[in-house]
Amino acid sequence: MSASGPAAPASGPGRTAKLRTENLRKVYGGHAVLDGVNFSVAPGESVVVVGPSGTGKSVLIKHLIGLIQPDAGKVFVDGTDFWSLYALQRGELRKKFGMAFQEGALFDSMNVYDNVAFPLRRTGRTPAQVRARVSECLELVQLPDVGAKRPSELSGGMRRRVGFARAIAHQPEILLFDEPNTGLDPIMTDIIAEVIVGIRKQLRATIVTITHHLASARKIGDRLALLFGGHILFEAPPEEFMSSRDPAVRQFVEGRAQGPLTVESERLTRKKIWEAR
Amino acid sequence: MLTRLFEAVGRAVLRLLEEMGRFFQMLGRAVAWAPRPPYDIPEWFRQMGRVGVDSIPVVFLTTLFTGMVLALQTYHGFQRFNAQSLIGSVVALSLMRELSPVLTALMVTGRVGSSMAAEIGSMRVTEQIDALEALATEPVHYLVVPRVIASILMMPLLVVMGDVVGIYGGYFVAVQLLGSNPASYVESSFQYTDMNDLTSGLIKAAVFGLIFSVIACSKGYHTEGGAEGVGRSTTQAVVVASLSILLTDFFLTRLLF
Repeated sequence: MSASGPAAPASGPGRTAKLRTENLRKVYGGHAVLDGVNFSVAPGESVVVVGPSGTGKSVLIKHLIGLIQPDAGKVFVDGTDFWSLYALQRGELRKKFGMAFQEGALFDSMNVYDNVAFPLRRTGRTPAQVRARVSECLELVQLPDVGAKRPSELSGGMRRRVGFARAIAHQPEILLFDEPNTGLDPIMTDIIAEVIVGIRKQLRATIVTITHHLASARKIGDRLALLFGGHILFEAPPEEFMSSRDPAVRQFVEGRAQGPLTVESERLTRKKIWEAR
Repeated sequence: MLTRLFEAVGRAVLRLLEEMGRFFQMLGRAVAWAPRPPYDIPEWFRQMGRVGVDSIPVVFLTTLFTGMVLALQTYHGFQRFNAQSLIGSVVALSLMRELSPVLTALMVTGRVGSSMAAEIGSMRVTEQIDALEALATEPVHYLVVPRVIASILMMPLLVVMGDVVGIYGGYFVAVQLLGSNPASYVESSFQYTDMNDLTSGLIKAAVFGLIFSVIACSKGYHTEGGAEGVGRSTTQAVVVASLSILLTDFFLTRLLF
């Protein structure tokens, strides 16, 4: 594994991880979806978390921004233990984040313009500044003329890009993309990947993306991490990831039905796979 | 057999406690967030419109017919011992103290409480509530506080309207249809009523507004499981809020007597 290895101590000098989790554990209905996830992202890095559906990728990303409280383990943002803070401080810390949700999660009571303007209006900018920034963001996601439309009038791909525009409007330091191109046609899937690359160039943000689309993952990420069975099984830069001999990675890259990643409902089987690796 | 019975009872008790816990948790969060800026005044007014103005037709018809029926029924009862002159005060008292607040609350719960639960519930299942949090906006502050404040403020106003309309409905039936003396009807309406009758009804109305809005918002907020979950939350919101209103009504009446 060429991953960043054990993360630097949060308070230590030099390079502090922008985002870091420590033995993250979350149980749903008696089943540990996350079972000791140790994961860290350096400032300015773009990490893509891949894995089969239903392995808790979305649960992991929601832990990073504190939408879900872990049952055990810690989440550090810029070295600050997220859940050691008071609710109000957590709200402040969240301002460093922008998150794009799976289906966009646009507020359907507002039009597109108001959606993108939402994070801006709460930061005391003048209406002119808000207007300028909203059109800038909509242009960045290649949707300059949709401001007056309602979210329900947009296609799936457009909704997600508006979701991106809303996530980046307040110029966050950390960007999270939850399955940005799941369920889209191949062309739109690629457009989405390009948009994320474009956003990265412009914002220089730290980015965590979740997807199971490998071509996009290679385009977006400096590093790919495979999540399965509640752990990060493997992480490496894209090329190394694609050519890895790890049986789990090979199965995922080649898209085979049989192999160590095949989801068994039985927890025990998964544990055996993990130990035999 | 017996264990199953105990299990069922235990489950019911647990659910009741969980329900109450969620209610007070949501109430506490709403109270804690209400005084904090930013105050989204336009949103408060929009919600007041939805709770208050939009409910006028329903409340108008409900209280009008209640007043009319009340006059009819008391007439048939009271004429047996020649007490028709008291119809006015019976109608006015029962409307102001009891029927107008309770029926208004039940109607508004069905109309507005259901839509609150459905709206917030569908925001939950489409991740819009997560999105609010991700944008550093407290969902309770943004969604729940305006709805609860609007409900507490508008319910008493609706009840005042209901009192007036209901009393007029009673007057119409007694005087126009049953031929009572208009002057003595009006006099008896106000002879035995005092300010306390009105205010106790208004206090009830405000409390009912608080109850149904907090229950509806909390049901919506804790929605799980897609479109089906939204439907379930909506139904539960109306049922639980209506029952809570009737229950609270008894204790409030004891208290405010």
